[in-house]
Amino acid sequence: MNSHTINGSIRILSSEKIDVRYVAKLARIALTDDEVERFGTQLSDLLEHVDALSRLDVSQVAATAQVVESRNVERPDEERPCLNRETVLTEAPQRQGGFFRVPRIIAE
Amino acid sequence: MELFERSAAEIARDVQGGTVSAADVTEAVLRHVHAVDGEIGAYLTVLDDVARAAATRVDERIKAGEKLPLAGVPLSVKDNMCLTGTRTTAGSKILEQWVAPYTATAVARMLDAGAIPIGKSNMDEFAMGSSCENSALGVTKNPYDLTRVPGGSTGGSAAAVAAFEAAIGMGSDTGGSIREPGAFCNLVGFKPTYGRVSRYGLIAFASSLDQIGPLTRTVEDAALAYEAMSGWDPMDSTSIDREVEPVSSHLRGDLSGLKIGIVKEFDTRALGDEIDELYDKAYHDLEALGAELIDVSLPTADYGLATYYLIAPAECSSNLARFDGVRYGLRVEGADVHDMYEKTRAAGFGPEVKRRILIGTYALSSGYYDAYYVRAQKARTLIADDFRKAFAQCDLIACPAASSPAFQFNAKSDPYSMYLMDYYTIPMSLAGLPALSVPCGWITPPGGDRPMPMGLQLTSPLFTEKLLLGAAHAYERATQHASKHKPAFDAVSGR
Repeated sequence: MNSHTINGSIRILSSEKIDVRYVAKLARIALTDDEVERFGTQLSDLLEHVDALSRLDVSQVAATAQVVESRNVERPDEERPCLNRETVLTEAPQRQGGFFRVPRIIAE
Repeated sequence: MELFERSAAEIARDVQGGTVSAADVTEAVLRHVHAVDGEIGAYLTVLDDVARAAATRVDERIKAGEKLPLAGVPLSVKDNMCLTGTRTTAGSKILEQWVAPYTATAVARMLDAGAIPIGKSNMDEFAMGSSCENSALGVTKNPYDLTRVPGGSTGGSAAAVAAFEAAIGMGSDTGGSIREPGAFCNLVGFKPTYGRVSRYGLIAFASSLDQIGPLTRTVEDAALAYEAMSGWDPMDSTSIDREVEPVSSHLRGDLSGLKIGIVKEFDTRALGDEIDELYDKAYHDLEALGAELIDVSLPTADYGLATYYLIAPAECSSNLARFDGVRYGLRVEGADVHDMYEKTRAAGFGPEVKRRILIGTYALSSGYYDAYYVRAQKARTLIADDFRKAFAQCDLIACPAASSPAFQFNAKSDPYSMYLMDYYTIPMSLAGLPALSVPCGWITPPGGDRPMPMGLQLTSPLFTEKLLLGAAHAYERATQHASKHKPAFDAVSGR
């Protein structure tokens, strides 16, 4: 945990350096050394701008995920038409029979 | 006036009335597209055959006695909306060859209303950008000055409509992606209330913000397009089950009885004398039409940009996780499945998309989630509350749609300077409000030799599209700014 808690609210530390390689690993994107350098600077710059939010007192405020009224949507548990398998597999980068083909996931 | 220069309302009326066929309109538009789009670059894919087949079908339906509100109207579809059997790229290499196996609800409704899909239009990759320069697949130029950007992310549809390559452009707006290109291209760019238009079949960027809407040359056309595309859809659980009022038949001629709020914090003096005077004049024109101007305050609107650039990337990092090289789109082979994911996404996504995925992943990662993402969601509550308080005092809010006219290519090299283009449009997106940009005058930018259009942004409370479009219509009719200059491509193509 790198963020500090002050007066019950969490403060953003703009001086923090993003570990771009670690974040890219989480995001499953391979980066070149050049990209690590460039994105590191750009993302730190952006974080400095968003640091403005630490000036807002949000201690008594509820979070908004959705602005317009929303309610649970249900439907009868019945079969409905959907795309057929052949149509979907047409766009697969690699297929084998009726399946998507992927590299081995579990080692031998 | 050439067939392709007519408004959607005029074309629909004539095709419905039988004085011209949808096939004739479609041929005229396709000929024009093939003549000018080499210069403009609005379309990534021109759908000649699909358009002709749709026109034949519309003519048959008219003959059979059907009433089609958009009969024969040429339509540009942003390339993040699915249309069965057509390439749908979202402006990205990762989907460069992807053919959609189904049609977006909003697109299907436009076609059902008689519109003709002319092509799939260029956009900033995955709708991330404000100039269309982030497209991995093509360059789109502003029809009013080919050295300038059309705005973004819906730059292709905006350029298409401005250059008469379509009468209605379908766009999507997450933080300003319809309104800013609307302002840059002398158009009406309209984002309805969040949830009014189904997002089914729209390639997701930030799901709590994305909203489909039209770009048109007149407010009346925006109203017609809105009526056709909006309404509840069981395929989108966030679409709103609430009646869509008739709008195109209720457009106003004046603004009497309306209170219009001018936002204290959006002081246009910061934008330079010329722009300041232009918006001052626009606000006085609203008053001259019968509105009462009052000062309102949106104290947290200034935090909109910071809030948006946490929430939107967070949602995008989650939405774009689906592009993994397994089921569709690009795959780059790797030593194992993780290597395949990483190489596929490295090759398939452009720099801006990578930046936003990274910032979003960071903001959602363990240890930072509360400090960034939750805090931004709380700021979002404050911003929406500010609008609620302001609308207790006024019916509409007026402010700029963008802080400058269209800029030149490569003018915004640092990412944050591009993000600033959405300063005036983001707060409304965070609050889910309906908002539009309507032409409000012309500015010759420093170093430019052609006048460029500017947009006035009008915003109203949730679900008051009728009020919003009605007021914009009164302003448009009285001021007639859009017709004062013509696109530049006439001179270039020697038409």
